[in-house]
Amino acid sequence: MLTLKNLTKRYDTGDLALQNVTLSVPDGQVLALIGPSGAGKSTLIRCVNRLVEPTSGSVKLNNLNLPKLSSRALRRARRKMGMIFQEYALVERLTVMENVLSGRLGYVGFWRSYFRKFPSEDVKEAYRLLDRVGLLDMADKRADELSGGQRQRVGICRALIQNPDLLLVDEPTASLDPKTSRQIMRLINELCQERGLTAIINIHDVLLAQMFSQRIVGLALGEIVYDGHPDGLTPEVLTQIYGEEDWSATIEKVDDSDESEIEE
Amino acid sequence: MIKNTALSSYPVVWDKPPFIKRAWLRWSIILGALIYLILALASMDINIQRVMEGLPRAQRFFGSFFPPNFADNQGVVWEGILESIWMAIISTVAGVLLSIPIGLGAARNLAPFWVYMMCRSIIAGSRTFPEIILAIFAVKLFGFGPFAGFIALSLGTIGFFAKLLAEDIENSSESQAEAVKATGANWFQWINYAIQPQVMPRMIGLSVYRLDINFRESAVVGIVGGGGIGATLNTAFSRYEFDVAAAILLVIIAIVMVLEYASSFLRKWVQ
Amino acid sequence: MGAMMAVLHKETDFVWRRRTTKKQVLIWISWLIGLSIVMFAWNVISEKTIWFFVQDAPRQAADIGSRMIPPKWSYIFELITPIWDTINIATLGTVIAMVIAVPVAFCAARNTSPHTTVRLFALFIIVSSRSVNSLIWALMLVFILGPGVLAGTIAIGLRSIGFCAKLLYESIEEIDETQVEAIRATGAGNLQQMIYGILPQVLPTIAGVGIYRWDINIRESTILGLVGAGGIGLQLNGSINTLAWTQVSTILLVILATVFVSEWVSAKVRGAII
Repeated sequence: MLTLKNLTKRYDTGDLALQNVTLSVPDGQVLALIGPSGAGKSTLIRCVNRLVEPTSGSVKLNNLNLPKLSSRALRRARRKMGMIFQEYALVERLTVMENVLSGRLGYVGFWRSYFRKFPSEDVKEAYRLLDRVGLLDMADKRADELSGGQRQRVGICRALIQNPDLLLVDEPTASLDPKTSRQIMRLINELCQERGLTAIINIHDVLLAQMFSQRIVGLALGEIVYDGHPDGLTPEVLTQIYGEEDWSATIEKVDDSDESEIEE
Repeated sequence: MIKNTALSSYPVVWDKPPFIKRAWLRWSIILGALIYLILALASMDINIQRVMEGLPRAQRFFGSFFPPNFADNQGVVWEGILESIWMAIISTVAGVLLSIPIGLGAARNLAPFWVYMMCRSIIAGSRTFPEIILAIFAVKLFGFGPFAGFIALSLGTIGFFAKLLAEDIENSSESQAEAVKATGANWFQWINYAIQPQVMPRMIGLSVYRLDINFRESAVVGIVGGGGIGATLNTAFSRYEFDVAAAILLVIIAIVMVLEYASSFLRKWVQ
Repeated sequence: MGAMMAVLHKETDFVWRRRTTKKQVLIWISWLIGLSIVMFAWNVISEKTIWFFVQDAPRQAADIGSRMIPPKWSYIFELITPIWDTINIATLGTVIAMVIAVPVAFCAARNTSPHTTVRLFALFIIVSSRSVNSLIWALMLVFILGPGVLAGTIAIGLRSIGFCAKLLYESIEEIDETQVEAIRATGAGNLQQMIYGILPQVLPTIAGVGIYRWDINIRESTILGLVGAGGIGLQLNGSINTLAWTQVSTILLVILATVFVSEWVSAKVRGAII
């Protein structure tokens, strides 16, 4: 169970990115976070694993208050939170295998990680995950040799090898073509189902959010303006989140079999 | 839990693929490097006894850095510093002025082939030899004093500046150059309107950078008789006046810092 | 003079001016100041010049030039050891410099520095190493260690630390932070973030800078002999002092060849690594 209470973030520049966000995500729920650019979506998920330090408020993961943790305890807590990034954020010049294994860094000592001598269970698990996402042959390739969709799969493996309780996903499809976007979202969704993972997914694409999540939270100017079922996204709600626009073409009834092109 | 498993059991060890794939090549490079390192270290001819003798000298040397003797007698230090500054300024100006025609000539998109080759060989010649060697010859030809240093530094500037100018011109935008040419401009107008605006900001930054280099180099051309602070420094060393030497070095460091700051400031202002 | 770029359109009475009057005046004044500084500098230099020598220079040049031809080819065999020393000075000096420059660069880069005081100290090391020419370092080291290859090697090393560390820390400051962030998000410690997130990104720069500096150091180490710090400069100095011009031209050709070969080697190695 992840609980955010009165979470506020004000940057040094004075910009108020989040104000009094209160949200609780039960175990096993896949939640999509939508909203315009600058609404605070990225800040919100970064406040959870404290890549961004929240200004005030509490973030509780299984009764552990994250903003209060010491840096050592924070590292320990981060091991249980997998993160998938916009633009993949793979270490480009390392091999696919090293990128996946880097998910275990929190568990492995410095010298062991320096010499790339990870425990055999970790290596085995890495191979299994790569196989699961269809990249078994790519293990020794360098990350910058892969295509966008492949890189994001590696990013998913890196998050999952942490064996996390919570998955934080930041715009996973931002630089992918529509087909690959769907495939990646479906993969994330399936993996969450398989492992019973809780996930928060930031996403630009309303249609993808509707297709692949159980709950949608709309963020505008750092505040929650919608929280409910994917089907509840009416043109009025979207106007409230994104502003005035003709929304009739954006919302569709959820129909997964449709593989036609989706415009962002 | 796991779907479509291709292998029933996965490998449990993984080693990073080596940077050089062919094993024999990898090992011969490592071996070769080791042998070279041993031979090179052997050639160092480290004489422990000599080093030991040097230690008290080093102590005295660094000891006399504190405090450095800025209040020098007869003002030789400041005279040397000023001479170095004048030398650096004039050789930068002369070098840059001479670099402009040579740089234009060494740009493939501007010059005919024979001009290009000629200018390129001038550049290559002045780049190969360090300023000090140029200075030795300049001293032989023009006698001791700052004039020789000035000639050496100017030649060094040409090698540096003309090369970068030529490269910049070669990389400049083709379409802008063509647009100006299409108006019927003559060659000088063309250079003035199409090429100069594109390369000017970087060139100004580079001249300040070169001024910085020339000042630093002027501190060494004096060692071979080319005038400037180098001569003063050399005298201080040979007279064992380490406190004076320390003062000179600190002044050089300070001036270089100021120049570096000035050049980054000017570059920002120009762009 | 830089403000030439600031093209200003001002239409009064249909006269187009590139700049406003005030700006124009300012530019003229700075030109004037610049020009007078140059004139003054020239004055100082020319006062200290014996013009007779300068007028005589072309004749001297022709004279020395003719004495340099033909080069004394047999002298090349005596240059084998000095050239070997020169290359060793450059190579080992670069190795020493890189070993020290990498940690210094990490201390100097804003995003990896452990503390502001450490950062300032690292920047001071960089500036002082850069400001002092390798020949001056050699001059000092010959005093301490005695003449020889060792002094030259350390001089090259000391001079190169600042150069390499400066280029390195600038590239460390330009790395892609999100890759480091991703490693941090897994719960990795600071050193692990360094090894996995930062080092792979700057490794090509480290290799490139090392090779680049080695190339420069080959040139620099040819002159260290002038102050007794080993290498071919010793022979050059001796030959010039004894007016053995055919030997001088041989040495210059050998230096030329060495520099060309080193440039070729560094281009090859750079191509293979990056």
